[in-house]
Amino acid sequence: MATVRLSFSPAPVHVRTARLVGVAVARRAGVREDLLDEVRLAIGEACTRAVALHRQYNVPDPVLVEMSDSGAYAVRVVDRAPIEASIGLAALDADQLANESLNEDDLTTGVGFALLAGFVEDLQVRPVDEGVGTEVRMVWPVQR
Amino acid sequence: MELSLATRAVGKHTVLEVGGEVDVYTAPRLRERLLELVDGGARHVVVDLGRVDFLDSTGLGVLVGALKRLRAAGGSFALVCGKEPLLKIFRITALDQVFPLHPTVDAAIGADPSGAGA
Repeated sequence: MATVRLSFSPAPVHVRTARLVGVAVARRAGVREDLLDEVRLAIGEACTRAVALHRQYNVPDPVLVEMSDSGAYAVRVVDRAPIEASIGLAALDADQLANESLNEDDLTTGVGFALLAGFVEDLQVRPVDEGVGTEVRMVWPVQR
Repeated sequence: MELSLATRAVGKHTVLEVGGEVDVYTAPRLRERLLELVDGGARHVVVDLGRVDFLDSTGLGVLVGALKRLRAAGGSFALVCGKEPLLKIFRITALDQVFPLHPTVDAAIGADPSGAGA
């Protein structure tokens, strides 16, 4: 089993780094080549969400990304924002997306969740075990 | 790859060619450029995503914002996107039902009734 941990200041510029590392570790772990685009997008969305929450709540703590390949490729993205964690958001339909009154931030959040839910079969969003924050956990199968 | 933005006029249409990665870090530059175009009088905008190799929810939010602004101004907005990985992103988010999506710039301009006669 190998674990790679990356923690970064909650700034948009670092999300790309997290994506690159996440895909590199996925490839090394044996995730199928045709899934890597989805891995890249999903890790990016989870980190984007975490950075947005840290900025919204003025949380200077780093965002943590933990990747491990024990049996499958599992990625945890942990934020420290004081919110009720839930993935219970219904996906926005086309009418809602095109609605004039929907602001860009809410739209981006809804679209981000739609991408996570659409690209990650094994997805969990739950409160962290200790302290405040949310953990987005994503798992992909690996080939050995 | 860094974000690249290039604008050209095709008749009544303004074509914005986007390349590289559109994400939470680079999307503000795309938003700014689209705002500049609309403020500068562009009313029929085609965004060519042909050279985009990454697009996330932030980038999609910017594109929807531009679509709404242009429609409110009586204009039109269309996307050029022929790559399957990107098309899948539009399908999964239901945004394929919101944006006019075309495989080529010519097809996008030809399909725009409001800007016909370019």
